Amino acid sequence: MRTTDIVIIGGGPAGLAAALAAREAGVSDLLILERGNELGGILNQCIHSGFGLHTFREELTGPEYAARYMDRVLAENIPFRLGAMAVRVTADRRVTYISREEGLETVQARAVVLAMGCRERPRGALSIPGSRPAGIYTAGAAQRLMNIDGYRVGREAVILGSGDIGLIMARRLTLEGARVKLVAELMPYSGGLKRNIVQCLDDFGIPLKLSHTVVDIHGRDRVEAVTVAAVDGQRRPIPGTEERVPCDTLLLSVGLLPENELTREAGAAMCAATGGPVVSDRLETDLPGIFACGNVLHVHDLVDYVSQEAALAGESAAAFVRSGGGETGRRVRVAAGNGVRYTVPQFIGVDRMAEAAVVRFRVTDVFRDVCVRLSLDGRELTRRKKRALAPGEMEQMTVTRSDLAEARADSVLTVELEA
Amino acid sequence: MGTFDYDVIIIGGGVTGCAIARELSRYALDICLLEGEEDVCSGTSKANSAIVHAGFDAAPGSMKAQMNVAGSRLMPDLARELDVPFRQNGSMVLCLSPDDRPALEALYRRGLTNGVEGLSLLTGEEARALEPHLTGAVEGALLAPSGGIVCPFELTAALAENARANGAEVRCLEPVEALERRGEGWAVTTGRGALTSRWVVNAAGLSAGRIHGMACPDHLEITPRRGEYLLLDKSAGSHVTRTIFQLPGRYGKGVLVTPTVHGNLLAGPTAEDIADGADTAATAAGLALVRERAALGVADIPFGAVITSFAGNRAHSSRGDFLLAETAPGFFDAAGIESPGLSAAPAIGRYAAERIASALGAASRPDFDPIRRAIPRPAQLPDRERAALIREDPRYGDIVCRCEQVSEGEILEAIHRGARSVDGVKRRVRAGMGRCQGGFCTPRVLEILARELGISPDEVCKNRPGSNLLTGTMGEADHENH
Amino acid sequence: METRELICTGCPLGCPLTVTLEPGGPVVKGHTCPRGEAYGRSEVLDPRRTVTSTAAVIGGRQARVPVKTAGAVPKDRIRDCMEAVRRLRVAAPVGLGDVLLPDCAGSGVALVATKTVERT
Repeated sequence: MRTTDIVIIGGGPAGLAAALAAREAGVSDLLILERGNELGGILNQCIHSGFGLHTFREELTGPEYAARYMDRVLAENIPFRLGAMAVRVTADRRVTYISREEGLETVQARAVVLAMGCRERPRGALSIPGSRPAGIYTAGAAQRLMNIDGYRVGREAVILGSGDIGLIMARRLTLEGARVKLVAELMPYSGGLKRNIVQCLDDFGIPLKLSHTVVDIHGRDRVEAVTVAAVDGQRRPIPGTEERVPCDTLLLSVGLLPENELTREAGAAMCAATGGPVVSDRLETDLPGIFACGNVLHVHDLVDYVSQEAALAGESAAAFVRSGGGETGRRVRVAAGNGVRYTVPQFIGVDRMAEAAVVRFRVTDVFRDVCVRLSLDGRELTRRKKRALAPGEMEQMTVTRSDLAEARADSVLTVELEA
Repeated sequence: MGTFDYDVIIIGGGVTGCAIARELSRYALDICLLEGEEDVCSGTSKANSAIVHAGFDAAPGSMKAQMNVAGSRLMPDLARELDVPFRQNGSMVLCLSPDDRPALEALYRRGLTNGVEGLSLLTGEEARALEPHLTGAVEGALLAPSGGIVCPFELTAALAENARANGAEVRCLEPVEALERRGEGWAVTTGRGALTSRWVVNAAGLSAGRIHGMACPDHLEITPRRGEYLLLDKSAGSHVTRTIFQLPGRYGKGVLVTPTVHGNLLAGPTAEDIADGADTAATAAGLALVRERAALGVADIPFGAVITSFAGNRAHSSRGDFLLAETAPGFFDAAGIESPGLSAAPAIGRYAAERIASALGAASRPDFDPIRRAIPRPAQLPDRERAALIREDPRYGDIVCRCEQVSEGEILEAIHRGARSVDGVKRRVRAGMGRCQGGFCTPRVLEILARELGISPDEVCKNRPGSNLLTGTMGEADHENH
Repeated sequence: METRELICTGCPLGCPLTVTLEPGGPVVKGHTCPRGEAYGRSEVLDPRRTVTSTAAVIGGRQARVPVKTAGAVPKDRIRDCMEAVRRLRVAAPVGLGDVLLPDCAGSGVALVATKTVERT
């Protein structure tokens, strides 16, 4: 069987950054497996700008951001395969993949980095009633059809979901001559960036209907209309508020799901709140030598954070190759406290942690003027004031090794909000 | 009037019509199957419970009972001949109240009368020991080891393919508009032209009443009965191992929970009589009812893992039984085929074919080949065989649908065997049938269809003409937009 | 005097701004930081946006190349820029950063490719 030091599954922003970091850390024997026909992953279809403000201090489009990493991967001669779909990962780090050129190959890796990304929640996950005609797309599928393939997906559209992809697609459709009738958002607030609401909706006079959802889809062959209704505090449609909106297209931007079928089959412990594996501060799953980063670990809103996180996964994988690993010693659990939906990592290996570890988290609701508090077994370590927090924006806190010096093997580090 | 275009024209390319075509192709006859939609398996056969009933349900002596029991006995061999996924997973009927115990016992006795093998009555404890997710409300159960699950799409497509391989013609997009007695046979007018045939078989499903009326003086009432379903991800596929029914009520068999032959979990159907057979819209109330009723018998169904919901219409006849008879000279009705129509299809095919062949004095064809090979499913092969297949044809190594691991090779083969639409591909090889529901693979399936069919991408349809996925191509004049 | 209601896009806070067009220049109210004030002023005096789209490629490995205006263009020129992009046909190869139109629709801003597309 072929052997490789590190196999990286996924050649999107996470996989590329992980590979580069591993190479910088001195591992030369790498292999990136990319299922698409080019590196860069989803960034290739994100032709709008707004990427890279943190990493490069300038505003790039998705393809430009991807190119910065791809150019380095090429310059470093890091091996990659295109059209190569990983179909199995075992706990002892054997990766099986399928491709046209190589057929079915199995590689024994010393470390594996999972960077498969995420997928969109389909209509079925919401059980939207109605007929099933053509013209219903997830926002990302429509984005690919328009931006990569150069097709038009519809003339009059309703968009369900005001996350950033939904907002970006509202503008994209409008600029390409389609009419976006409205964007409906189930929640009383948008999950998208303010900038996108202004520049993608307000600029074009597209109404954003908060606390609204699609309750019916009409049309036999192609969508003819959807019925939109207001929802109550429990997100249930309010009878009598239904409005029939004629359109030929319904775009769904109703959430992303980390794509962890391989991770589950490998037997890694999973986190219900993130949909990704449980990881340590080194982004190692509970399977020694298998690391995860990017949207397969938890859904990010900024690619800059994906790159940062993936670099850590790449470094950690390189360290594992050099000196072996698995978590030993004190293992502090990181808990999501009041107002916090999840944290990544879910535990910190105190005895071998770096000087500091970043704890990323998302909040459960919109909050104003609160404190984020970090405490070890109830003893406060740090607190930071926040003017505004929203579920759509990932937050982070840093915990240092000295913060955790006195941790016991069963200590709990809690991230929580306080008024 | 001596010559006819065909000996037999079969109207309707659902599982019933395709089974009749396949069984008739055993005989030296010129056969043509007419389907109104763009592909076979486009009506009731594409949206149902996908199960093979053991046969304890139908009234003893009825055609439903006879055909169901005979059909489920034929199914294992037929599935083997046609290389179609089928599994005898067994079924259970739950009794949820002590008051219903007599009804459960009556069902058991009815099953014995119908000739169903291996039936036994279980206590609630015994049932839960076999199916740990059954609720505490389960008082008892009828166990039927001969119950099974099958892929209705592949069964229907395979029957059509095998009929075609044995000389039958299958013509899609040919809805029948008129039917007239012409000499010793029939003149059939379709949306595309006129055909003549000595015999006509009415297997038109929801349209069977309309077709019947063209040939017979009496009225055949077919009511579309809508059934709504929820389909769950494969991660939930082993929640139950058997098909779990509830005791039948006034509106059919009640809500069932079953694994599918591809490893998903299916819950449904509701039963609601509606006016328009073409209306297969799911409703909020119906889907809520499925959840509520399914939960009565099976606990902790992970409804968070629902990947799609759908509705299908069954052709319910007011006569309460299948109509399988020559109702006018040279006109054979296979009508009112509601549940257990899928289970009964192998037997209905034989029954109809034997009668028609005998009336026509047709001889058996010595060269009839009952074997049909399935489209390769590399994802289900052991590594070594999968590797060999890709070496032989690299297109089996190009994964298009990542959720179901469907390769370009499989999609090309589906098109080669008759798929003309995104749904036609999906039903044959499951591209887009998985957890992302086509989010990732639709653009590529569309591109492959356009290339292989030699049409522009914006001509590719989801299913019927008019269900175009795209509204144009950028950079080309699009007058409606600019 | 004309007033305009805006939402500041500077950060997630999204302060509601009221901008009054005084004779001496716009006066911003409702902001909580200097960035908010600057945003309010520019948004009424000279609102600009970066336009991104795709252009047709002839003879390339991909049918479309993503493009952007090299800087922000006046908001009221967005439609004209889109029309210019729609008419554009670019021959492969195209390099990332290549100037495809030196002055996109008279906006004074260039249109550049944001991806490399090789020849077939």
